[in-house]
Amino acid sequence: MTSFWAVLSATLVKDIRLEWRSKDALNSMLFFSLLVVVIFVFSFDPLAEESRHIVGGLVWVAFLFAAVVALNQTWARELRNQVLDAYRVSPAPANALFLAKSVGNFLFVSVLETLMTPLFIVFYNLHVLGPAWQLIPIALLGTWALVVNGTFFAAMSLRTRNREIMLPLLLFPISIPAVLGMVAGTTAVLTGENSAHFYIVLLLTYDVVFTTASLALFGTILHAE
Amino acid sequence: MKKIFPILSIVTVALLGYALYLALVVAPTDALQGEVYRIIYYHVPSAWTAFLLFFINFVASIRYLTRSKASTEMGAKWVAIGIGVVGLIAPFLPPVRRLIPPGMEPSAVATTIVLIPALYFLVGKLFPGDRLDVLAVTSAEVGVVFCTIVLITGPIWARPVWGIWWAPGDIRLTSTLVLWLIYVSYLVLRRFSNSAQTQMLAAALAVFGALDVPLVYLSIWFFRTQHPQPVIGGGGSMDPRMLHVLLFSWLAFLLFGFLVCWSRFRLELLKREVEQAHAMESLAGAEDSEKASLPLSRGTR
Repeated sequence: MTSFWAVLSATLVKDIRLEWRSKDALNSMLFFSLLVVVIFVFSFDPLAEESRHIVGGLVWVAFLFAAVVALNQTWARELRNQVLDAYRVSPAPANALFLAKSVGNFLFVSVLETLMTPLFIVFYNLHVLGPAWQLIPIALLGTWALVVNGTFFAAMSLRTRNREIMLPLLLFPISIPAVLGMVAGTTAVLTGENSAHFYIVLLLTYDVVFTTASLALFGTILHAE
Repeated sequence: MKKIFPILSIVTVALLGYALYLALVVAPTDALQGEVYRIIYYHVPSAWTAFLLFFINFVASIRYLTRSKASTEMGAKWVAIGIGVVGLIAPFLPPVRRLIPPGMEPSAVATTIVLIPALYFLVGKLFPGDRLDVLAVTSAEVGVVFCTIVLITGPIWARPVWGIWWAPGDIRLTSTLVLWLIYVSYLVLRRFSNSAQTQMLAAALAVFGALDVPLVYLSIWFFRTQHPQPVIGGGGSMDPRMLHVLLFSWLAFLLFGFLVCWSRFRLELLKREVEQAHAMESLAGAEDSEKASLPLSRGTR
């Protein structure tokens, strides 16, 4: 058990340090989602009342696309100097590596969301009508849902030709219930018209199911030959 | 085996022709929808066939994933048996019985659930080893074709009856679309993956897709459905003559689907044999050329 946590924390600290020094993923994600926001503002230009109904969708579409940018880089980094092959032959638990990568991506996407949310509020003149604190569980659970499946499918698409395009093709269909939960839940809170409880429970279920499935199958994916 | 194929083809063509005749001439016209409704004799059988094929894909993928280790294979076997035993008993217990929609018999539910482990063991018996993966790719491909038929015939029917081509809030419509998307992405993965690891990756994706389906269904649960209620055991009212035609049509479609799967299965097996032969040939060729160019080093060994 100690080796599990040791491997997990070592990988996580290494990834954070790499990101802190290069800021590759964060910068590209930030600029990418900024572009998405600006394009959305030009194309819709809504009134405050309308924007409450559409912003839930826009925010999560922007974050989803931006997250793919970061997820594509997580494993590609380990291909250099055959790090992943070295990992495969070492006796270190595969799930520790997977969890470390997922937590790292979760942190990066959370930072992005924290920085981008004020921009959405400014651009769309937002004023929350429902219980605003519910946005926090929706954001946390929704981000984990994207990131845990995204990390898994990024490891999967590593084995394919043109892997950059493969990740969204695998990730988006499976993520549809989670995206629906995030979007509908955010809209419910913003408009205050109905309760977001159902969507929080849905996201929680989704997270539990797919975290379990990823942990159960990641070893097979990593060692598939 | 090969003699049965043409005979079965003739039978299938006859059955499909007779089903068409039943659907267009014999089945009574619907009181509310008129003649348009007759499309269900193609729509619903295609949907059932597609779902069955996707389920076979799921079972084959699970078996393929678990077969690498004896312990996981044992575990999966006991889970399948457990599902069968619980499914056989639970529908008759009063608290569960209350959850079953009115008009649906507990015995029917129990039989349906018992079919799950039956299929699990049947697939394992009939398709040993790598044939499981061939079965998975075959059922996914044919399933996507049938699912496409469902998604095309659905809007054709919905336009005159509902007045719209597509109802985004409808639970079965959206779930079927998402199911179709998941299996198309499964086929894309198989197409783009390197041959050695494809089977494992595809099997893992199939399991993810199967886990996703109930969540998709749950996520659209909130919206009120516009779809007609289930035909079999769902308490929906349907003329027995219509039901008869529908079930006959399904029989014809099942046989048709089986034939298509069978020929696709043989094709895939042949393709793999050819690939293997090519690989062996080039391996032998490489050895020969090695022998020719380095006679001394081979000889000293």
